[in-house]
Parts: sequence; C-alpha cells; structure tokens
Amino acid sequence: MAVDASSAGPALRGARRSLSAFFWRRPWLKVTALLGPPLAWLVLIYLAALAALLISGFWTSDFFTGRIVHDWTLENFKQVFSFSDTTYLRIAWSTIWMAAAVTVTDAVLAFPIAYYMARIARPRTRALLFVLVLLPLWSSYIVRVYAWRVILQENGILNWALHGVGLPDANLAFTNTSMWIVFSYVWLPFMILPVFAALERIPDNYLEASADLGARGFRTFRSVILPLALPGLVAGSIFTFSLTLGDYLTPVLIGGANAQFIGNVVFNNVGIANNVPFAAAYAVLPVLVIALYLAIARKLGAFEAL
Amino acid sequence: MRRVKRRHVAFAVAAAALLAAFIVPSLSVGASQGGTLKMIAWDGYLDAKWVTPFEKQSGCKIQGKVAGSSSEMVSLMRNSGGQYDMVSASGDASLRLIYGGYVQPVDVSKIPQWKQFQAPFKSPPNNTVDGKHYGISLQFGPNTLLYRTDKIKNIGNSWAAIYNPKYKGKLTVPDNAIQIADAALYLMKTKPSLGIKDPYELNKTQFDATVSLLKQQKKLVKKYWTGSGDNAQLIKSGDAWLGPSWPLTTGSLLAAKVPVREFIPKEGATGWLDTWMLSAKSKNTDCAYKWYRYISSPKVQALQGVTWGETPVNSKACPYMNKLSKGSCKIYHAAEPLAYYRSLYFWKTPVPDCGNGKKDCMDFSKWENAWTEIKAS
Repeated sequence: MAVDASSAGPALRGARRSLSAFFWRRPWLKVTALLGPPLAWLVLIYLAALAALLISGFWTSDFFTGRIVHDWTLENFKQVFSFSDTTYLRIAWSTIWMAAAVTVTDAVLAFPIAYYMARIARPRTRALLFVLVLLPLWSSYIVRVYAWRVILQENGILNWALHGVGLPDANLAFTNTSMWIVFSYVWLPFMILPVFAALERIPDNYLEASADLGARGFRTFRSVILPLALPGLVAGSIFTFSLTLGDYLTPVLIGGANAQFIGNVVFNNVGIANNVPFAAAYAVLPVLVIALYLAIARKLGAFEAL
Repeated sequence: MRRVKRRHVAFAVAAAALLAAFIVPSLSVGASQGGTLKMIAWDGYLDAKWVTPFEKQSGCKIQGKVAGSSSEMVSLMRNSGGQYDMVSASGDASLRLIYGGYVQPVDVSKIPQWKQFQAPFKSPPNNTVDGKHYGISLQFGPNTLLYRTDKIKNIGNSWAAIYNPKYKGKLTVPDNAIQIADAALYLMKTKPSLGIKDPYELNKTQFDATVSLLKQQKKLVKKYWTGSGDNAQLIKSGDAWLGPSWPLTTGSLLAAKVPVREFIPKEGATGWLDTWMLSAKSKNTDCAYKWYRYISSPKVQALQGVTWGETPVNSKACPYMNKLSKGSCKIYHAAEPLAYYRSLYFWKTPVPDCGNGKKDCMDFSKWENAWTEIKAS
C-alpha cells in the first residue's frame, strides 16, 4: 500500500497526540524534559567545577617546575586544618568573624531604611530611595573602595573634618575597623533589598489586628513585624556573609598589616606561588562554611523571601 | 596521442616553473627575515616606543604576551609547547627556567653591547650557571630604604630602622615572600653566629631566625604594600614614614614634592634583575640575537629605564637617560661606583640545594608558606 499525501497529516497528528499522551501519563518525564537543559548546565558548569576543585585539592604542585603532581595526598587539607600550626585556621576564623560582624551591622543599618521604604514612604519618595540605594552599584566596586581609602587615610577627608572641629585624628586607616566600615558600606544594598521585599509583604491588617489585641508599637514589632521580616534578613545575610567571605580586594586596598583573609591566601597561592592544589584545598573551607550557613538559613525560611 | 602527451608535459613544466617563481622567493624571504618573535614579557616591556623601531630596522615582527607573575612566566614557558621564543624573566623565575630545561645558552660574543654592561650584570648567578649565559641581563632595581625626612630626623645608616619599635605603626613593607631575603641579609651582617652566606640560601635554623625577626617586624607594620603606587600613597598621606622601597617610588614622590630620601644602608640591599631568556625550542634565533643587540644598546636601555623607572645594566646609558629626563641617571643609580652594585644581592629562586651537598635549604614554597604565617602572626 502506498502512503499518499492526504494520509500523512493524520499520521503526524496521531504521533503528536500519542507523544503528548505519553508525557501526560508520565509527568516526571515532562518535568525532566523541561528542566533538563538548565539542570545539565548547572551540573556541568557549577557542580563539575566544584568537584574539580575538590579533587585538585588532593594533588600537589611541584614548585620548582610548576607542574601539578597527580598523586593522591591529604597534605593540603592537613595543612589547612592543622592544629599544631594554626595559621590557616586563624586566617579562616578572622574572615568568618569579619563576615559575621559585617552581616550584623548591615542588618541593623538596613532594617530602618527598608522599613521606611516599604511602609512609610510615599511612592515618589520610595522610588527616590530605591535609586539612592542602587546608585552606588552603578560605579565599579574598586572605585568605591578606593574612595574610602581617600576618606580614611592620614591626610584624608575624615581627619581633615575632625581637625576642622578641633578633634584629634581618628587613625582608622589600614585597620580592621576600616575594613569593617568599608565592607558594611559596599554590601549594604544587598541587605536592604530582601528586607524591603519581606516588609512590603506584611499585610496591613496584621498590624491592625495586633493593635486591636492591645499590643503597642514595640510589642507589634517584636511579635509580628520581626518574625515576618526574619526570612528577608536571613536572605540578605546570605549575600553580605558570602560576599565578605570571598572578598580579597578590600583587604588589599583598605586593610592593614593584619589584612589576610581566605580570598587573599587563595589569590596568592594561585597568582604568585602557583600552588593551585593548595588554593583548592583552602577554598573548600568557605564552601563548607557557606553550606552550613545555607542549611541554617533554610531552616529559618530564608528561601521563601528570595 | 604523442603530441598531446608532450604538450601536457610542457604545460606541467611551465606550471611548475611558474609556481616555483612565486613560492621560492617568498620562502627565501621568510628564511632571511626570520618572521615573528613571540615573547612573554612583563607589562610594558614591549612598549611600542622601542618595539616599532626594532621591527622596522630588523624586519622581525614581535608578538607579545603579558604575564602577571614569575610563576605565570614559568608555566607559560612550560605548557605552551615551545611556541614562545623569548621571556623577560626576573631573578625569582630564571633558575626555574634554566633547571627546567626551557631555555638555551646564549653566545655573548654575538652581542657586542654585552661588553659595555656593568661588571656585576655580565654573569649574575640568576642567569649564568656553570659559566653558561642563559640569557642577557636587561634592567634592575635596588630595594632601597625610603623615609620621610620631615618625620624622621636621624634614621642612621642601617636596616635596623625597619625593625625598630620606635617606628611602630609607621612602617610599610613589600607584600612579597622574597622580602624574607631582606631580613636574612640584615641577620647575615648583624648576627654572624647564624652563619648566613647568601640571603637566598637559608637552612632551617637560619630560616627560623629570619622568620622570627619578621614576626617581630610585623607588629610595627602599618600595611604591606602591593605595588609602587600603593607604596607612594602610603608615604605621601603620612600613614607610613619609612620602609623598603624602589627608586621608581622615590622618583614619583620627589616629583610630587613629598620630602623623602632613599639610600642603601651599610648592610647592602636586595634587588631585582630581569633577563631576556631564549627558549630552548626557538627557531628564530636570528631575530632573537637582533633583539639582544638592540635591547642591550645604550639608547634603548636608557629609554626603557626612564619609561619604567628601572636601571639599565649598560654602563653607557647614563647620558641618554639624562637627555630623556634630567637627573634620571642619578635617581636610578645608573652610574654608581662598582662598590654600589656589588652591595646588591639580586633576587634568585631559593632552592633546596645550596651548594653544600646536603640539599637542606628552604625552597621557595617554604618561603611562601612562611610569608603567609608571618602576616597571620
């Protein structure tokens, strides 16, 4: 029997129909087909890169020839997690400590601004505030950090202003305090935005109900606003914490003699010492810290506020 | 049939002759002019100011690749399968390239300009091994002691100043593991009991003593500087008053009317020295030797020196430097007495084998680790 043109149409339609029926009966397959490509991308680019990182941490680098020696060893991890020579643990600890301090500072600073933007400001003011919050992000990060160097240095704007009103020098330049100030400044927008999103979502009638039940301002804040804003705060803290944890430029430009963070050690090992395996082993540490942090954040419902 | 065949043969011969007429000359031109030199260089070392005239007069083209660190230079030379002809290696990379077998000896008799070099730069230990010259010295810079003359009145004549608690919080030191050699040099001169012979060859005891001195110093450091600009800003703003520095930094500060002075203390100083090295696999040696003769000539040496604040190794460069920028010969110490150059200990890669047959010296990876440890102390 010859198949002519008129019967090709129904055959095609039939095939299409049976294909959609096939997927309808197997919903998991439909999801796979939909999410497959982006998922493959994520796995290949992101997870494979992480796996490669972890694996190269078990190798060593022959300094003299610069060659990577593919012999499995725990040496790098032993050096990172050594309790006899705590150099690298101390560097990690000071990095985590700084990231935590910056996160808390940003949360405290961001909350009133976000609250005002979300619940008090009129639309025009709100739009203006949005622009002001986002404006610094339009200029390069390195330029903003340099600007702080000019403000804080010995003959800088800060000391000049202090002299003007008869006060002594602040002596902030190239200290851990100066790094804390600059980190808090550069990451602040990343805290304001998720907190704003969380606060904006609180329905007005919750606050009215709270007032009807006799709660005053502080009680309402503690029992209604703060718990509902918490996921936003945690979401913002993921940004401020992880961005500080991975940064190496601010310590280089603003930090003093103590400014040696995880990022600087990794940078020096890759860029100067050419010891990529050790850098990889050390880079696993912040990955673990962030994984732990994300697990806690998930528990606190931060991902619902993103 | 026969005629046709013969005609075919004639045609083929003519075609071949025609082809040959086009191809052979172009081949011979290629052979005589050498083509393209591929070079790995520090940023700015292949400036058009001196590369363009070279290309014009030699007929050799130059293709540059900028490297960001000594380790990158070593790994590029190793991993690129011999596609690069030359590399401008610093003293902390050159021995690695020599022992790795990536570079070949250079015949200095083909480079007359070499005879004009200041004596210590003809066969320095970081590019000459067993009498073989693995490259030709290019430019150098001493690590001098720089200080603010308005803040410090009497600094003395010793590196002791950078270990003196009097200057707590006013000291700035280069952020570089090779800086360990500065402390080793100081101990070599002030603590003979340690028996340090060469600041780049330290056994465990000598190394530990040096590291512990640097941990003491760290308490005095305001900031470890990461580049000449960083260094200049710290001194200019008054955040730091003194520290090891480069003539380039001093020059820029004096130009900005900052009251500073630099000198080489009585213990001597460390310094860096760059060398153009020739790849073991290079097929462009004709062009490479042309480049050697060109870049070693007094005029080009002066041009590069003044452009980047470095010191030419060619002793005849001084008048050309002053012509380009008044007083630059003195600022960059291009015409000092021999004793000045002899007091400099140039960077070289610390290796386990320091000539005593025991291989018990600390290699550069130990230096890197110790530097991290010093800064985290």
